[in-house]
Amino acid sequence: MLDDFMTRAALAGIGTGLAAAPLGCFVVWRRMAYFGDATAHAAILGVALSLAFSVPVFAGAMIVALIMATTVSMISGRGYAMDTLLGVMAHSALAFGLVGVTFIPGVRIDLMAYLFGDILSVSRVDLGVIWGGAALVLALIGWRWNALLTATLNEGLARAAGIDPKREQLVLTLALAVVVAVAIKVVGVLLITALLIIPAAAVRPFAATPERMGVMAALVAMVSAWSGLRASYEFDTPTGPTIVCVTALLFCLSTAMAGLRRAA
Amino acid sequence: MSTSLVTSRKLTVRYGETTVLHDVDLYVNAGEIVTIVGPNGSGKSTLLTAILGGVALAGGTIERAPGLRIGYVPQRLVLDPTLPMTVERFLSLPRPVPASKAREALERAGVPEIGGRQMAALSGGQFQRALLARAILEEPDLLILDEATAGLDQPGAAAFYRRIEEVRTETGCGVLMISHDLHVVMSTSDRVICLNGHVCCEGTPEVVANAPDYRRLFGEGTRGALALYRHHHDHSHTHDAPQDTAG
Repeated sequence: MLDDFMTRAALAGIGTGLAAAPLGCFVVWRRMAYFGDATAHAAILGVALSLAFSVPVFAGAMIVALIMATTVSMISGRGYAMDTLLGVMAHSALAFGLVGVTFIPGVRIDLMAYLFGDILSVSRVDLGVIWGGAALVLALIGWRWNALLTATLNEGLARAAGIDPKREQLVLTLALAVVVAVAIKVVGVLLITALLIIPAAAVRPFAATPERMGVMAALVAMVSAWSGLRASYEFDTPTGPTIVCVTALLFCLSTAMAGLRRAA
Repeated sequence: MSTSLVTSRKLTVRYGETTVLHDVDLYVNAGEIVTIVGPNGSGKSTLLTAILGGVALAGGTIERAPGLRIGYVPQRLVLDPTLPMTVERFLSLPRPVPASKAREALERAGVPEIGGRQMAALSGGQFQRALLARAILEEPDLLILDEATAGLDQPGAAAFYRRIEEVRTETGCGVLMISHDLHVVMSTSDRVICLNGHVCCEGTPEVVANAPDYRRLFGEGTRGALALYRHHHDHSHTHDAPQDTAG
């Protein structure tokens, strides 16, 4: 069954969506959209370093994403606003990554594959990495769910309940780095934030509790991955962007439905 | 002092070069309502955060009674509009509670009917009472409130403080709160601590109201209490104007 590239691509897209969407809820609730975007862009430097030192791209991207995210978390509030720091670090990392890739001898690298994903070339090993990463992220978020929610609501409430908000922030940062690393192959660094944010935003009007929002966002992400893959096959369009287009259409649909429901 | 729930000695907090608090001695006993008053920037919120364990101390100590359970009502909880949250779900954070216990806490907070509603759809008064319900849910030994009535009008604030007093009487917990509503503070508190980077004066409400340091900060006599209230809530200086009820 895994011999078919379409099957592997579908499984890769579904696995990535499954992990990205619940994490994406926290990204939306905590207004970390730019943080997610910046972390993803920085991962290109990780890609360049991985290729230069012949280590798996997944590992390099994850490590750079993690370093960048924790550095920004640690030094924010010391003179520069968070978004300024993110802008400086993320785009510097992206630029150095893009420049660095050209110095790697003997390898003709298709940068487009890392910027916009190359889901149709997912191998069995990639699939293992993606589902392993997805399982790790889901386990992490599931384990810390209540603590993360409390810290998201109010740091003082978290502290009074014996929860360290900084540790929970670190949990999210770690999960984000893993998602960025597994999603590079699927949608590329430029569109990862879309996978995080759009499913969560699409289901918001229909969710009464945070748990339902997480589950519904995951469903939307998985449906988008599957339909986007079929559509790109049908219309011969790039797969990663097509998946994001489907998610965006679902968002429009849900917004229209929510508007109609309010008017009724 | 042996029954004190929390004690700070020579507590000092610095943010960079700025000393926010220095040499603050404070204690709260079980069953006692202690109110911190002080001008803006006097370190009131920092003091509460330090007691909750949220800032590194530059000096001094904080001692909590062993196994102390703290209930906390923040000044303003900003609920992001993208976060769906019913009152019942909120009460079960971070630990799940049985529905009967949640209902009891809501009743005790004076809002028995709101369990199924979205937090975002509550009025200011209901919202603060939902926060209070969550704070008293696990039968805390110490209730900490950071300007919990900041968004409420005067009758709303007075009713809220009456509820706090009742909770104290029913459960015997200690209460440590920050308040700008000096007239309410004077009637409900057992002890008042006047803070301005350090403890200027403290004692029963009557003692503090007559202390020279307090008068220097807040003005003379009863008009002083009124002046502070108006200073923070209403910038009109016509003293016979109707009280501005917006927070």
